[in-house]
Amino acid sequence: MLEVSNLACSRGDHRLFSGLNLALLPGQIMQVQGENGKGKTSLLRTLCGFLLPDEGKITWCGEDVRELRENYFANLLYLGHHNAIKDELSALENLQISSGLSGITLDEKSAVSALRRMGLKGRERLPTKVLSQGQRRRVALARLLVGDAKLWVLDEPLTALDVGAVALIRELMAEHLAKQGMVIYTTHQPLVIEGVEMRRLSLS
Amino acid sequence: MAINWFKYSAPSTFYGLAGKMIPWFAIPSVVLFAVGLYIGFFVAPVDAVQGEAYRIIFIHVPASILSMFLYLVMAGYAALGLIFNTRLSSMMATALAPTGAMFAFISLWTGALWGKPMWGAWWVWDARLTSELILLFLYFGFIALHASIDDPRRADRAAALLAIVGSVNVPIIYFSVKWWNTLHQGSTIKFTGTSMHVAMQEAMFITLLACWFYAVAMALIRVRSIILERERNNLWVSELKEVNS
Amino acid sequence: MNQLSIFKLLNLVIRRDLLLAMRRRADVLTILVFFVLVVSLFPLGVGPEMDMLRKMAAGVLWVAALLASMLSLGRLFSADYLDGTLEQMMLAPQSLSVLVLGKMIAHWFVSGLPLVLMAPVLGLQFDMSVPALLVLMLSLLLGTPILSMLGAIGAALTLGLRGGGVLLSLLVLPLCIPVLIFGSGAVEAVTSGLSVVSNLSLIGALFVLCLVFTPWVTAQALRISME
Repeated sequence: MLEVSNLACSRGDHRLFSGLNLALLPGQIMQVQGENGKGKTSLLRTLCGFLLPDEGKITWCGEDVRELRENYFANLLYLGHHNAIKDELSALENLQISSGLSGITLDEKSAVSALRRMGLKGRERLPTKVLSQGQRRRVALARLLVGDAKLWVLDEPLTALDVGAVALIRELMAEHLAKQGMVIYTTHQPLVIEGVEMRRLSLS
Repeated sequence: MAINWFKYSAPSTFYGLAGKMIPWFAIPSVVLFAVGLYIGFFVAPVDAVQGEAYRIIFIHVPASILSMFLYLVMAGYAALGLIFNTRLSSMMATALAPTGAMFAFISLWTGALWGKPMWGAWWVWDARLTSELILLFLYFGFIALHASIDDPRRADRAAALLAIVGSVNVPIIYFSVKWWNTLHQGSTIKFTGTSMHVAMQEAMFITLLACWFYAVAMALIRVRSIILERERNNLWVSELKEVNS
Repeated sequence: MNQLSIFKLLNLVIRRDLLLAMRRRADVLTILVFFVLVVSLFPLGVGPEMDMLRKMAAGVLWVAALLASMLSLGRLFSADYLDGTLEQMMLAPQSLSVLVLGKMIAHWFVSGLPLVLMAPVLGLQFDMSVPALLVLMLSLLLGTPILSMLGAIGAALTLGLRGGGVLLSLLVLPLCIPVLIFGSGAVEAVTSGLSVVSNLSLIGALFVLCLVFTPWVTAQALRISME
C-alpha cells in the first residue's frame, strides 16, 4: 500500500538520510527509531507531503502521492508534535471541527462518546486552555477514534500521557491493525502490542 | 548540432562558464558607456526646449527601461526555478534583484535631477516616477523576503512566488498610477518618424546597450558568489584554485 | 469533489474562524480603535480647516483602512501555524484553495466589515457630504476584501519569520496601491460631480481577479512556508 523508494531528505545543508526504502502493508505497524535529530519527524512529514524529498518517490496503492494529493490525504491521519487544538474552543468543538476538516461530519453524541473513551468525561465542554498537557494530548488523540483513515502517521503520540492512556493507545492501535489499518509512528517509550509483529526502521 | 544545455544548468559547470563569460560583457559595457556618453555629452546638439539639462536622459531612460525589464527577467527566472525546481534559475533571480533595484534607484535619482530644472521641483508626483518608486519597493520586498528566510530553498520558492505576483501587478499598478495622474510629457522615443536628433538616438541606444551588458556582467559575478556560498560543502568547491589560495 | 462539499467546507472554516474571533473579541476591537485613532490624528496634524479636510477625507480614510488591515493580517495564519492546525488543514481531503478562501472571507468579516461600517461616522468628522459617504462605503465594501485577499498572500509567505509584521507590510502595501487609487478616486469623482462608475467597476474587476487567483496563490505560498 504505502511504498517508499530511494528517499533522500535534507534540512538546509545537512543530509538527514538517503536511499531509504520501506513498504507498509495493511495490518502492519512500523516504529521509526533513531536518536534526536536523525530525521524521524522529517521522514513522517515527508510522508505527509509537507516536505519535498530531495530524491525518491512515495507511492500509495502504486500511485505517486504528489499526484494523488487530496485522494491520498483522505486515507491519512497525521498527528504531529503540536496538538492542533485551539485553547479557546472546548474539547467537543475542537474534535468536531478537526474531523470536519478531514471530511467527516461528526454529531455531538459520537463526539462526546469518543472523548469519554479517551477519559475526558465531564471535561467535554470546558475550554481546552484549562486542561492539563496530557488531557490536551488526549483531545488530539480522540481523532483516532472518529476517522476511517487507513494510514496513521503518529509523531511521538505518547508524550505527556500517563500509563492508563498509553494502554488505551495500544488498544486503539491493535483495533486499527485488526481492521487492516496501517500505523507508522515514532516514540522513545517501549510499546508492545500483543500478537502483532512490530517492524522497526532505524535512522542513523 | 547537439549542445547539452542541461550540462550548464548545473551550478558546478555554470560557475566556470560564467567566469569565462564575464569579460565578454564587462569590457563591452565599459567601452559602450564611454562611446555613448561621449556622443551624448559632446556630439548631440542642445535641445531647443530643455537646454543642456536634457542630457541626463542618456542615463535616466536606459536605467528606467532596464529596471522594468530586469524585474520581468528576474520573475521569469524565479518562475522557472519554482516550476522546474532548477536551482540555478533561482540563483540567477536572486543575483539580478540588486542590479534591478540599483537601476530603479538611479532612474529615480536622475529623474529628480531632471525634474528640478524642468518642473522646478525635485520630486513631482507624475505617473512614471511614481511607478518607478513602487517598482523599487517591489524589488525591496523581493530582496527582504529572500534575506529573512534562512533555508535557501524556501527562500527561493517564496521569493519566486512574490516576484510572479509582483510581475502580474506591475502593469495594473502602472495603469492605475497613470490613470491617477498623467502629467508626464509623452514618450520621447518614437520609432516612426523622429522627434529626436539622430545623435541623441544613437547615444541613447548605445548607453542602453551598455547598461544591458553591465547588468549581465554584474548578474554573472553575483551568481558566482551565490553558487560558492550555497555549494560550499561540496567537493568541487574545495578543489577550486581560488578557494584554496 | 462535488459542489456541496465545497460549500460545506467553506461554511465550516468561516464558522470556525468567526467563533474563534468571538472568543477573542479584544483583537477585533483593537483594529477598529487603531483605524479610528489614525483617522483622528490627521486633522491634528494638518490643522482644522474644513475645506482641506473635506478634500483629504477619502484618501485619509482609505490609507487608514489599508494600515488597519495590515495590522490584522499577521494573525491570519500564524495562530494556526503555531498550534499545528495549519498542518491538519493542508491534509484536508479537499482543495487547500477552498480552505484558504474560507479563511479570507472570515478575515474580512472580522477586520474589513467593521471598517466599512465605521467609515461613515469618521467621514462626518471630515464634513463629507452624504453622496460622498455612500460612495466611500461602497468603495470600501468592494475594496477591503481585496486587501484581505492580497494580504493573505503576504501573510502566507512571511509565516513564522522573524519581524514578519514589518516585512508583511513591505510586501503587501505596494500591491494594494491600485485599490487605494481607485477607491479614493471614486469618492473624489463624486465630490467633483463626475461619474463613479469607471472607478467602481475597476475595483470590481480587481475584486474578481483576486477572487480567482489569490486563494490558489496563497495555498501555494502556504505549502512553501510549511516546508
